[in-house]
Amino acid sequence: MSSFRLYAALFFLTFCLMFPAAAPGQSLMMATTTSTDNTGLLDELAPKFKQDTGITLKWTAVGTGKALEIGRNCDVEVLMVHAPAAEKQFVNNGYGVERTQVMYNDFVIIGPDRDPAGIRGMDTKTAIKQMADEKGLFVSRGDDSGTNKKERALWDEAGVNPPARAKWYLETGQGMISTIRVAAERDGYTLTDRGTYIKYEHSQGGPVPLKILVQGDPALFNQYSAIAVNPDRCENVDYELAQKFINWITSGQIQAFIGNYKLLGKQLFTPNAGN
Amino acid sequence: MDYIAEGLVQALNLLLQGDPETFSAIWVTLRVSTASILASLILGIPPGFLLGHYSFAGKRAVRVIVDTLLSLPTVVIGLLVYTLVSRQGPLGEFGLLFTLPAICIGQTILGLPIVIALTASAVETLDQRLPALLSTLGADRKQMLLTTVWESRFSLLAAAVTAYGRIVSEVGISMMVGGNIKWYTRTITTAIALETNKGRFAFGIALGLVLLLIAFLINLVLNVLKKRTQV
Repeated sequence: MSSFRLYAALFFLTFCLMFPAAAPGQSLMMATTTSTDNTGLLDELAPKFKQDTGITLKWTAVGTGKALEIGRNCDVEVLMVHAPAAEKQFVNNGYGVERTQVMYNDFVIIGPDRDPAGIRGMDTKTAIKQMADEKGLFVSRGDDSGTNKKERALWDEAGVNPPARAKWYLETGQGMISTIRVAAERDGYTLTDRGTYIKYEHSQGGPVPLKILVQGDPALFNQYSAIAVNPDRCENVDYELAQKFINWITSGQIQAFIGNYKLLGKQLFTPNAGN
Repeated sequence: MDYIAEGLVQALNLLLQGDPETFSAIWVTLRVSTASILASLILGIPPGFLLGHYSFAGKRAVRVIVDTLLSLPTVVIGLLVYTLVSRQGPLGEFGLLFTLPAICIGQTILGLPIVIALTASAVETLDQRLPALLSTLGADRKQMLLTTVWESRFSLLAAAVTAYGRIVSEVGISMMVGGNIKWYTRTITTAIALETNKGRFAFGIALGLVLLLIAFLINLVLNVLKKRTQV
């Protein structure tokens, strides 16, 4: 049937016209967290990586939970995430090859300047308890991201379980910056990494309604690590490319660049590869 | 209101100064939505024609199914395509997740029911005497088909415009299976979602206006086309 063949050819042609063969050069696919993406750090790093190695870095920004799931499904070559316990589990299960520390910053609890629950300057444990007692509105990511995992761990350590459904506990299910915005609109508290908070201050371009109220507690340490997806499980992933990226981002020059990445004169991440 | 006025100014700025990020998103949107609408039309018009033209057992059931699929939510399509094209899925070996063809597959699924349903309705509402007239004039099956399609061209055009409108404005599929990757799979709608998250409302509105402008230009071209073919 010639008209059928013509039809198939037309269909095929449509696709060929729209999607010419992949861009020249190699490309590396990464799943990462919204915090590294929202801060704009990756927008700075990607062109440098291309310049140094000729490899195009493509990334999709999702919560750490989803990033690990994408890695488990072999859909990316490398991960850059921040939930150490889940990451170790990921590597132990054979989904990833090795966990390499890249940089850290810290989590902070932010909230309205007038601080209705009165947590300013407290240590984390007391502050968390206080928020539950005083029923100050708390806005949670609720998306199984690294920050969300951290937040749940903090509730656990303080010995209070946030109720699955309560008027003072909101779950946004969205990225970090969106969640900060919800907290700002609703006059609530939230847990965020410092980098995203600085980016939020930067994007508001003026005084912000939410201030840092609790910080500096060792419990609030926030480590970012890179993990290559295991090529033994995932035949399609290019382990060599992933390893190149990890070697590159942990190299002295790039580590220094990360340390110098600033917004509003504030450092967002502290490099700590090899420590 | 400030954001809207500011967005309008910014939209013009982005377009006139050739902002590379904006143009990348426009180019991606145009490429993927054009491929999707063409695929929807190529795959959708024949079954739509059959459904409208012939009477067969279960025809009404098929119509009900097609009409139901008109309300298929984009996030469901996104999820479906995601599980299909992920490395662990049945089409995993092609490595399509986070690429434009993956978005195109989803958007074609989105457009297909619209094209099929509207084509079927268009053919059904044609003058019932047309087939009889054509066979009196000695038309064979192929001529009959082509004439019927030609006679319903305005309705088909309306079907195409409706389907395109849905395709170009969807965000669920592009976000889930495209991954919103800068320079590669970031479309206008996923860029708007991202900019809104970042709090750059004016930039988001600017992108929205750009999308409307594209829709306007396409409809303008189609309208001229319609005028030209009117007898």
